[in-house]
Order: sequence, then structure tokens, then C-alpha cells
Amino acid sequence: MSFLEYRVKSAPTGLAKVLHLNWALVLLVTAVASVGWLMLYSVAGGDLDTWAGPQMKRFALGFVMMLVIAFVPIWFWRNVSGLAYLMSLVLLLVVEFFGHVGMGAQRWIAIGPLVLQPSELAKVTLVMMLATYYDWLDPRKVSRPLWVLIPVVMIVLPTALVIMQPNLGTSLLLLMVGATVMFLAGVSLWYFAVVAALGVGAVVSVFTLRGTPWQFLHDYQYRRIDTFLDPTADPLGAGYNIIQAKIALGSGGWTGKGFMQGTQSRLNFLPEKHTDFIFTTLAEEFGFVGAFSLLALYALLIAFCVASALQNRDRFSSLLILGIAANFFYYIAVNLSMVMGMAPVVGVPLPLVSYGGSALLVLMAAFGLVQSAHVHRLR
Amino acid sequence: MRRSARDTEDSARKVNRRALLLGGGVAAMFAVLAGRMRYLAVDQADQFKLLAEENRISIRLIPPNRGQIFDRNGRLIAGNEQNYRVVITREDAGDVEEVLKRLAEVIPLPPEAIERTLTEVRRHSPFVPVIVADRMAWEDLSKVAINAPSLPGVTPEVGLSRAYPLDTDFAHVVGYVGPVSENDLAKLDYPDPLLKIPEFQIGKIGVETWMEDRLRGRAGTKRIEVNAYGRMMREIDRVEGDAGDDIRLTIDAEIQDFVQARLGSESAAAVAIDVTNGDVLAICSSPSFDPNLFVRGISYKDYAILTEDDHRPLANKAVQGAYPPGSTFKMVTALAALEAGVINADTSVYCPGHYETGGRRFHCWKRGGHGAVSLARSLSESCDVYYYDIAQRVGIDKIAEMGRRLGLGMRHDLPMSAITEGVMPDKAWKRLRYDQEWRIGDTINASIGQGYVLASPLQLAVMTARIASGRAILPRLVRSIGDQELPVSEAPPLGIDGALLRAVRQGMHSVMNDRRGTGYSNRVADPAMVLAGKSGTSQVRNISAAERARGVISNDQLPWNRRDHALFVGFAPFEAPKVAVAVVVEHGGGGSSVAGPIVRDVALRCLTPGPLPPLSAYPKSQRGRIETFLNALPLRRIEPEVTARSRA
Repeated sequence: MSFLEYRVKSAPTGLAKVLHLNWALVLLVTAVASVGWLMLYSVAGGDLDTWAGPQMKRFALGFVMMLVIAFVPIWFWRNVSGLAYLMSLVLLLVVEFFGHVGMGAQRWIAIGPLVLQPSELAKVTLVMMLATYYDWLDPRKVSRPLWVLIPVVMIVLPTALVIMQPNLGTSLLLLMVGATVMFLAGVSLWYFAVVAALGVGAVVSVFTLRGTPWQFLHDYQYRRIDTFLDPTADPLGAGYNIIQAKIALGSGGWTGKGFMQGTQSRLNFLPEKHTDFIFTTLAEEFGFVGAFSLLALYALLIAFCVASALQNRDRFSSLLILGIAANFFYYIAVNLSMVMGMAPVVGVPLPLVSYGGSALLVLMAAFGLVQSAHVHRLR
Repeated sequence: MRRSARDTEDSARKVNRRALLLGGGVAAMFAVLAGRMRYLAVDQADQFKLLAEENRISIRLIPPNRGQIFDRNGRLIAGNEQNYRVVITREDAGDVEEVLKRLAEVIPLPPEAIERTLTEVRRHSPFVPVIVADRMAWEDLSKVAINAPSLPGVTPEVGLSRAYPLDTDFAHVVGYVGPVSENDLAKLDYPDPLLKIPEFQIGKIGVETWMEDRLRGRAGTKRIEVNAYGRMMREIDRVEGDAGDDIRLTIDAEIQDFVQARLGSESAAAVAIDVTNGDVLAICSSPSFDPNLFVRGISYKDYAILTEDDHRPLANKAVQGAYPPGSTFKMVTALAALEAGVINADTSVYCPGHYETGGRRFHCWKRGGHGAVSLARSLSESCDVYYYDIAQRVGIDKIAEMGRRLGLGMRHDLPMSAITEGVMPDKAWKRLRYDQEWRIGDTINASIGQGYVLASPLQLAVMTARIASGRAILPRLVRSIGDQELPVSEAPPLGIDGALLRAVRQGMHSVMNDRRGTGYSNRVADPAMVLAGKSGTSQVRNISAAERARGVISNDQLPWNRRDHALFVGFAPFEAPKVAVAVVVEHGGGGSSVAGPIVRDVALRCLTPGPLPPLSAYPKSQRGRIETFLNALPLRRIEPEVTARSRA
């Protein structure tokens, strides 16, 4: 009987758990996902079967998965987090050697009909692992160098494997999520200051070492940065995506061109219109009002997560919830910065809205963990 | 290990503090994103809306139908023919190679065509139709249509392309169209955007190119919505263009066909002009070529055949050929002398067979001499000495001036390509051209249309028409453009005393109707169509003394390209001239024996409506031979007038 289990006396049992789910969060997740279905229906030219239908089926599957995970006591998940973390490391190694490289060099493996990107999974298991670690660790020791080094190793291992895929976007997200959990756990701010200084140094060296044998980004990664800095330099090549995305966003105006009336997406000027760039279609067809509404839904979703974490007096649970919320937020921030021309194009989908199976399922599983933590919280 | 409750509470507070901090960061980021969204979608909306429209809308040109060309009676010379072709679209075909293989079993399709189609298909976007076979027979097209189910992506199409139903008859007049070349574009400062449409064709030579502006018409436009790959999604609106103007020529297609057939395979040219108004009734150059070959894109082999032929089928000899007019020039010299008053119609010159001046001896064609020669006899028997003598008296400058008044040495402005100016030499011309003084010998040579004098068949026909009418007739090829008839202004008088002209015309009459006249064998028996004319045989080389001594003077013994040019000009009817004809047969030999019969046939054909000149107009003794000859001419059946202005 674990510590948490010992302390939780009032946790609901059986079907009563349904009543104790964080229903606001469930509704928000469903609301965001349905915005996604609407947009997928629109970019397919009013066809349900192309993207919207499959996406709804996957959401249904993910929803069931979320409920199942939510019903399992949170201490079970804490107890298996080490195993889950190790498994995702193994999967990362497996795809490194046996995986398929698809668009954007994301490595994936096929398990039956399911396509699994272990790098997606790693983000959640890393959060679980770190939360377990800090739950176990005496809070007074968190800033001691040895106890800082251990979580750093935990973060660097999957990050290194993802970088080798090579997938710069996801590896950066992993780093940021890991760092966020460490930050929340109370690690001294000095460490973050040092790492930030090192990061600036790294960025400088990335640019100064370009073209030398020691350059450590791929050429295509350099080109993405170039394109971000000046998309008009190559309007028909790499800059095309950003320019067309901005045109779509900008031409929406206050209220947009109307549902299914977006010329940019309907006439295929938008790249990846159903995946990474789906937000541009929303902005084009529903304008600033529509785009802002989605932003508001996202903000509410994160706010409810944070509120849930603050209510929860269990250290593992709050770190887990906040880590997952941070992960969710980073997705949104990177994707929206990218489509609005504020960040280079990295293959990061818009969570719950972009078309795509494995990302959605992992996300729903993560929300399952959040719900489990909420249901089985210390009261 | 059990931790105290306080430890847990402490850490929880710390988590909470930092969580709030992070929450603040998240809120700030959301504010930034919303602000950026507002900036793009609201503040810059106008600019991006414009860009989105530019993305979306593309303007395409609708090529206008080219104006058609008709003869004076409305018979079609150049039209727009329905062109059956088959196109393939990759995205509908799937396996293009397999579909083409199946198509080749249905219609004849050479392996090169399949190869070319495959490369074209790969070069274009999958939705762009690529032409597989062009100018197909209707039967083949229907075979494709019947087999459509097994030929996905293959579509039969009907387009318009230029066609010349009377092919060789009008090749030199009307010319042909062809694809726009880089050269064509470079010549224009602001090329019509139509010219940049692939497969658009413009006039390359002849009327097609000189009347291009009127024939082409104005392009229509359609605004269409396109997607990112340029595929047309729908048409937004369209503005119809204007079809090109139809053009009606002065030429009579039946006469033109008769003349072309009459010239046969000779390297020759013939021009027939309406003496009353300058309308060109026929203007032929032989041998000719099929302009349809050029529209379709002529093969190297066919082109080589045309360029290597020593009879130069591509040259339009009627307007661009410049020949020494020979004795047909004698009317000019005579009129110049008559007008200057140095002779009158009865002045007699003694011809001993040669003429001596400046220490040189110039021969008459008749070695024994003509004896005492008057104007009429000098023309009818074509005495050279007479003209040597009167030219000496009048001087070259007056002769040249008369030549120019009669239309020589000047470019007659017809909408045809490469019209020559010819040469009407005088003292100033020689000084300018060769930086040499004019010599007496030059005048002697010029007086009988040799030496520097050069004229085209068109110029000779104009000269004859002017002598026949006494007016400064200008040739005219276009009768109407669109619905607008071009005005015919009566030509101004030449300003030559009518009596002098009558004297020369009388001489031309005796050429053909006097028993001793050089053209007597070509006389017309019908008094209503009496022909007056003048023969000419112009040397293309100097006969050396050695050749003369050896007696090699007969043309038949010389290689073709060194034989004399045969020329003949004439007008009819003598009393009230209606038609003037000039014929040049390159290296044909004697003017009266080779060119004369053609002039007579053409003139008679122009004066009568029938498909052949009336047999009754020929002298009885010749009728049998001529009937056989005329009936053997390969005349074509010409489609009657196109009544409705068809715009297929």
C-alpha cells in the first residue's frame, strides 16, 4: 500500500468515480476536438469521410481510453511510471533502428492499424517519471547537484534519441517539458539561469558553425530557420508555406469568409492544411473571432488543469497534471507561433484539432492521467 | 520511508507558487498569440485579402477566330477548319502508358507519337490535357469515342485550325500561318498577349502576315478561379473578344486556278490586272507549294524538297522576281521619244542589222536587218536598231522618267511579301549605285530592256494596263475588309497625249495581228476580244563571240538555267481594254512562242465567264490542238460562294 493510497481515504470507488471526474475539462477537450472536426470537414471540401470521420472515430477511441485510465487509481500509474519511461526509451531505440521515416523525418512504427510515434509517448512518460522522482525525493534536496543531475539524465536520454531521429521540434519540446517539471518541483532558479546562458551560447554557435564541418544542425534545419527569418526570399520554395499561411490568416478579417468559403484552403494554396496548418483555415473562415474563440478554449483548458493541480495536495499528482498541461501548452504555442510566422516551421500539430492518430491518442491518454489524478486526489 | 505531513505541505506550496508563475507565463503567451492574430487578421486584413484574391483569380485569354479570306466572288481561300484531335489527361488516365498502348490498337499511332506524348505528360501537371494525335480523320475520332470506356482520360476534341482549300493556287498570295517564333515576338515592342498562347498561329508570309492586324481579331478574356496548382475550378465571368475581319480579295479564284494550271510545271509567273480599276484578277507563281504543309509544321524532308528545287517553288516570282524586261520595254522607249518630240509615229529609221556608236557595234536580233522601219513595224517585228537610234536621241533620263510613270522601278504596295522595286536606271542611279558615269552603251542596252533594267511581272502588267488605259492604274489586291468595301478611286490620267498612246497601242496591235508580227501566231480571231501585246526575250548571259562563231545560239542546246527568259505582255480587247496580262517564263526561250500563248489564254479566260477560254476566239487552224490542250489542263472544282459568313 503506497503512501498516497494510505492517505486517500475519501477517494470514490466504482462507478461513483464518474461523478468525480473533472467534467469541465472533459467538456473543454470535447469542444476543442469538435472544432477540429468542423475544420477537417471544411478543408476536405465538405466531405466527412476524408478526415473528419476517421478523426471522430479516433477521438471516440481516445475518449474511452481516457475514461479507463481515469478509473485506474493514480497510485497505480505512479508505480508503473518507471516502467513506462523505460518502455518508451526502448521504443525510441527500436524506431531508431527499425522505424519508418515519413514526412518531416518523424519516426514511427506500425502496430497493427495503429501508427505509433514513440517520441509522442516519451513526452508523457518523461513527465510521469520526473513527477515520480520528485514525489520520492525529499523536497529539501531538490537543488543539490547530484539530485539535479539525475532528472537531467532522465530528460537527456529520450531527448538525445529523438534528436538522432532527427526531429528537432519534438526534442526541444521534450527538453522544455522536462525543464518545466523541474522548475515546478522547486529546483533552484540558478540552474535555469545557467542553462539559459548555455542555450544562448548554443544558438550563437549553431549560427557561427554553419558551413563548417562542425555544424550540428542538418541543412534542412538551417533552411527552415532562414525561411523563418525571411520567408519572401524564396516565395515559391520553402517560404511558400509561411507566406500562404499568413495570407490565409490575414484575409479572414474580423469574422472570416464563412464556413467552407476559405479560398486559400479550398484551392490548395495552404500546405498541410489538415494537419499542422489547420489553424489557418479556421482563421480564414471564421476570422479573428473564430481564432480567438479557439485560443480562449485552449486557455480555459489549461486554466482548469492548473486549478486541478492547485487543488491537489499530492505532489506527484500536481506535478503530473502541470507537466501534462505544460506539454499541451507548448504544442499550442509552437504551432500557433509557426503558422502566424513568429517561429520557424517545425512539424508540430495543433493538439486535438490537427488530423493525426497517435498524437491524439497519446494526448487523450495524458488527459486520462489528469482525470485519474483529479478523481483520486487528496481531499 | 515516510515523510512528515509538513514536508509535503511545504513542497505543495512551492509547487503552487511556481505553478502560478508558470500560469502567468502561459497567459502572457496567449495574449501575444491573440495580439498577433489581431494584427494579421484585422490590422493587415486588406493587404492579405488582396493577396488571397490574386492567388485565387487568374485571367485567361480566349483566342478569337481568325478572319477568313475569300476571292472576289466569295469563294473560300483561307478558312478555319475543324480539327479533330485526341488529348489525354494523366490524372484521369492512371497508367498513361497502358492507355496509350490500348489507344494504338484503335487508331494508327506511331511509336514516336506515344514517346512524345509520354514526355509531354510527365512535364505537365496531372490535370493538363496533352495532345496525342492531331488532325485525325473523322472515322478515327469516332473509333476513339466508341472505345471510350476502355480508354480512361482520353478525350476526343474539336479545335479550329487554318486551312487552305485551294492549297497551291494561293500559296504565294495568301501565304500561310504558323506558330509564333521568338523572332516574331522580338520584332514587336508590345506584343499582343495572344501571341504568347502556345499553339497560337500568326501569318508568316503573304496576305496572312500583311493583313495580320485585321485578320487576328481581339482576344476575349475570362476570369477563372484557380487552385494552387493552376487547375481551373470555375469560371467567374468572361468578356467575349471580336473575331478577325474577313477579307475579300480582288482575285477570281477560278481564273487564278486556270492560270496556275496553265503555267504548269514551268518556272514562271503571270499577272492579270483589270485595266479599268487595277483589280488584280490573278497573280500566279509557278511552281507552287501547299501552304497547309506549313500550318501543320512541315517536315525537314518536305522542306528540303522545296528549297532544293532549282525552279524555286517558295519564291513568289510574280512580285519578287526581277527580270530584264527585254523587248516588252520597247513601248517605254517609244513613248519617251514620242513625247519628247524627237520622233513621230511615222519617223522611219533604217536598220542594216546593226547600229554603231562610240566605236562599238550593237546588233539587231535580225542579222540581215529590217530596212526602213516605222514605229508600228519596230514594235510588230521588234526591231532593235530602231530603239538604239531613238534612245540615243531622247536620252536615258527621259526614258527612265517614262518608265517610272508607267509603273516601273517602283514598289507597288500590295499586301504580299518581298515585293521588288525592280530597277529603272538613269544617270543619277548609276552614279549612286556604281559610282560610274552613264555610258552610251548603257542607253543602248536599256532601250531594249536589257542591261540594268529590271522589272517584275507585276510591274509589267501595271505598265501594260497604263498603256492600255492611259491612266496611272494602281494594282489592288484587297476588295473589302470585314463589311467595309474599299473605295476605288478612278486612276488619274498619265498625262501622255492620247495620240501618242494610240500610236503605241496600234503597234502592239500589229505585233499580234500583222502577218509579220512576232505574236501573229498568238492572235485572237474573235473581233470582240482582239489582243494587243508585245513579246520579249531577255538574255540572262552574254553570248560570246566564240559561241556565236560556233553557232551555239539555239536555246535548246543550252543548259536550262542559261536559256533566255521568255516574256509577253498584252491587253484585250483592243478597242476597249479590260484586262492586261504579263507573263514571264524563266529560261523559257522565245517570248512569242512560250509566253505569248499563255498571255492569250489568260486574257481570253479573263474576258469570258466559262471555265475555259472560248475556242471560237482562236484562229481556226489552231482550234484542234488548243482544244486538246485546254481540256487536258488539271483544273480543280472550286466550291461555290460561301453565302453565310461561316464562323465554324
